[in-house]
Amino acid sequence: MTTTTRQDIDLMAHLMRRAAFGATLDELEQKAAKGYEETVEELLNPGDPGDLSQDAIRRYHVDHSELRQMNSAAGNWLYRMITSKNPLEERIALFFHSLFATGYTKLNQARCLLNQIDMFRQRGLGRFDTLLVELSRDPAMLLWLDNNESHNGHINENYGRELLELFSMGIGNYTEDDIKEASRAFTGWTLGNVEYMAMRAMKDSIWPYSRIAWHFQYRADDHDEGEKTFLGESGNFNGEDIVAIICRQRATAEFICTRLFQFFAADRVDDDGQAAIDEMIDSYFASEYEIGAVLRTLFNSDYFKSDAARYARVKGPVEYVVGAIKTAGSYRQPTLGIDKVAEQAFFMGQGLLNPPTVEGWHEAEEWIDSGALVERVNFVANELADTSQPGVKAIIGKLADANGGTLTPDEVVDNCLDQMGAIAVSDSTRGALVDHVGEHGNLSLSDDSSEQRVGELLGLIAATREYQMA
Amino acid sequence: MTTATDNNKLVVVQLSGGNDYLNTIVPYGDGLYYDFRGAIHIKPEDVLHIDDRTGFRPGMEAIKRLWDEGKVAIIHGIGYPNPNRSHFRSMDIWHTALPEDIGHEGWLGRTTEELDPDGENVLTAVNFGRGLPRALGKRGVPVASVGNLETYGLFTDVGDEGRRKTVLDTFAKMYGTANGGDAVMEFLGQTGTDALKGADILRTAVDKYHSNVEYASNAIGQSMRDAAQVMFADLGTRIYYTQQGSYDTHAGELATHYQLWSELSAAIGDFMDDMDEHNAGDDTTLLLFSEFGRRIKDNGSGTDHGSGGVAFLIGNNVKGGIYSSYPSLKERDHLEGDLHFNNDFRITYTSILEDWLGLDAVPIVNGTFEKFDFFRNGNGTNGNGAH
Repeated sequence: MTTTTRQDIDLMAHLMRRAAFGATLDELEQKAAKGYEETVEELLNPGDPGDLSQDAIRRYHVDHSELRQMNSAAGNWLYRMITSKNPLEERIALFFHSLFATGYTKLNQARCLLNQIDMFRQRGLGRFDTLLVELSRDPAMLLWLDNNESHNGHINENYGRELLELFSMGIGNYTEDDIKEASRAFTGWTLGNVEYMAMRAMKDSIWPYSRIAWHFQYRADDHDEGEKTFLGESGNFNGEDIVAIICRQRATAEFICTRLFQFFAADRVDDDGQAAIDEMIDSYFASEYEIGAVLRTLFNSDYFKSDAARYARVKGPVEYVVGAIKTAGSYRQPTLGIDKVAEQAFFMGQGLLNPPTVEGWHEAEEWIDSGALVERVNFVANELADTSQPGVKAIIGKLADANGGTLTPDEVVDNCLDQMGAIAVSDSTRGALVDHVGEHGNLSLSDDSSEQRVGELLGLIAATREYQMA
Repeated sequence: MTTATDNNKLVVVQLSGGNDYLNTIVPYGDGLYYDFRGAIHIKPEDVLHIDDRTGFRPGMEAIKRLWDEGKVAIIHGIGYPNPNRSHFRSMDIWHTALPEDIGHEGWLGRTTEELDPDGENVLTAVNFGRGLPRALGKRGVPVASVGNLETYGLFTDVGDEGRRKTVLDTFAKMYGTANGGDAVMEFLGQTGTDALKGADILRTAVDKYHSNVEYASNAIGQSMRDAAQVMFADLGTRIYYTQQGSYDTHAGELATHYQLWSELSAAIGDFMDDMDEHNAGDDTTLLLFSEFGRRIKDNGSGTDHGSGGVAFLIGNNVKGGIYSSYPSLKERDHLEGDLHFNNDFRITYTSILEDWLGLDAVPIVNGTFEKFDFFRNGNGTNGNGAH
């Protein structure tokens, strides 16, 4: 085994801020000892998530089991983000939830949304063509973009259009005719039992889209069997053929690799970043469109490991909230109140399962405005100042073990930054934190008020500009 | 007639959950009402009479007083084509003014941008409540969201005031220093500094405020008082938004609906008194709306989601009266068991935008609509409110 250096820890912290929701110093040391590439492989090849089974949650935790309501369903997902041993699975689900943004506002049915999220978990690191076919069959998506209203001879173009514009190629790479032809190919892809469900819904104004989750049905009698011409190719195409043609396009590779880059590497693409995207595109084709392979290329790229990629993304509200909760060690059991955390993320501008439109959220700097920042800071300050939380206690314990429990203000700040996940801050930020701690001199962990001082400092660290970034 | 000035303000109160129209403006003169509402009705003797057919529900005494003063417009049968009975979707439609598509922007977000195109005042629109309603959302348009004016700010959970001040000083230092010229870090620094400043400005509104009006301590009373405080502090705020609820009275409607309207009506009465005390009454118009009305037939304990509803416009410069007409209760006139809406909510939006705020409504409400003649003209002539 090689010796772990400071650089190894910092790099591992960077990876875990992107591919996971952060990690404690202990975890970083363990992973760094194992090796960077090995850790990337572990992330990409998830095993048992280790969270409580959904059956157990539904049986014993009433607050989680009402999955029709938006915030209880969002809370259920947050709980999985907080506890899963497969964080990349949750992050890729969050990525696709942002990209294929499907919202509760139209569905009034959170269960079918959670089913969609589960599909992202299972398929999100696999082949992109498989994922797009699954997406086209997904009941929440069918309703969200009206493909259930698209019939042989009377197409509804909504899904065909967004499939091309927002989900795979981007505007400018196809024609209006391509949209129509794609929509024709997806006729007959609809919801099962529509008539019965519609009748139930008419009688049930509280749940206009019914109380049970929808399922997919292919209706051959409503499928347009005619010849179609799509992106220059002709044939009696069905939906799978359209997806296959889409995934062969260079524009699709550029689109999906750029979006992955922005979600996992940096908000802005500079020349070095573009070189990394080009490598990702090569992997996309070499692996036959496998998202996991594309991410492996990204995480192992020189660009990703470089300083340019560090703190180059504004954290979205969900990752910000989940990261702080993981540090605090709160919500490790399926507890009452996790739906309130979902509400908090909404106050910060990201209502999980409730994207503003099919375009998803406006990300990067647009996550931040003064109202959102106030909500962010108040949430983390409150969460991390709670010295009864196991994560906060653990950090206090680490400080007590250092230097016989008496630390200078510099040592307190550096230790806390490290314990929270090897966070790097500017000299001026560090200086302000040291001054803050120094107001009361050295910190002695035998002192009653010292724990409060640590909690306050942790809150302030999570309130820094640097902590808004990943 | 138009009374639009640069000083006119709009206060929007959202009645969340679907307010029961039939038990708000009660058609007590129509026997069908009592046929359909065997359990969940208001007795004729309890109704606050408007005329020999309709009246306000008990609890709306303050609004009835304003009605008697000619300051309340009742907009009957308001809705939109192909009504949607999902709370979220229907509220979305009211917020975006787009009944057919999933909208991108809120109508008041666009309004705010028109009122302050350069985004010079971050307080042009203020939401009293946490989390921005989609009505106020628009890319690049800053809107303040204030949960509680008295406690608004950063690190509000730090109980000890001395500690809190120290923490805020450190925050100000961390966000106030230049940070290596990195654009995002500078932007974050500016935003954090603005947030501190915004909280300070808003807090001055509380200190400056003096009034003889005592609002109730319930949520809507406090929100209306917060709105009054911000208004009187002269911060340039034109759009005020708040909500009250939940009107989702599937069960136990009689008690809940009474309480909600009692609190709301009293808060509005107090707010209007406060406006007059501060000579702001002539510049201020309130809009009260809900995402839908409820089923005509009750379910024994409450009422389920319906469509056609009622909205109100209230203000010294509003021509009090009845706008549009009460939809028929006859079974053949129902729309899938609901009151059949007879006017599009975007008519009301258009009238407010053009005649009160002096804006071109077409791009804001996504189309051209006729208007109600809601507002008194500049000479204060008392017009006829009837449509």
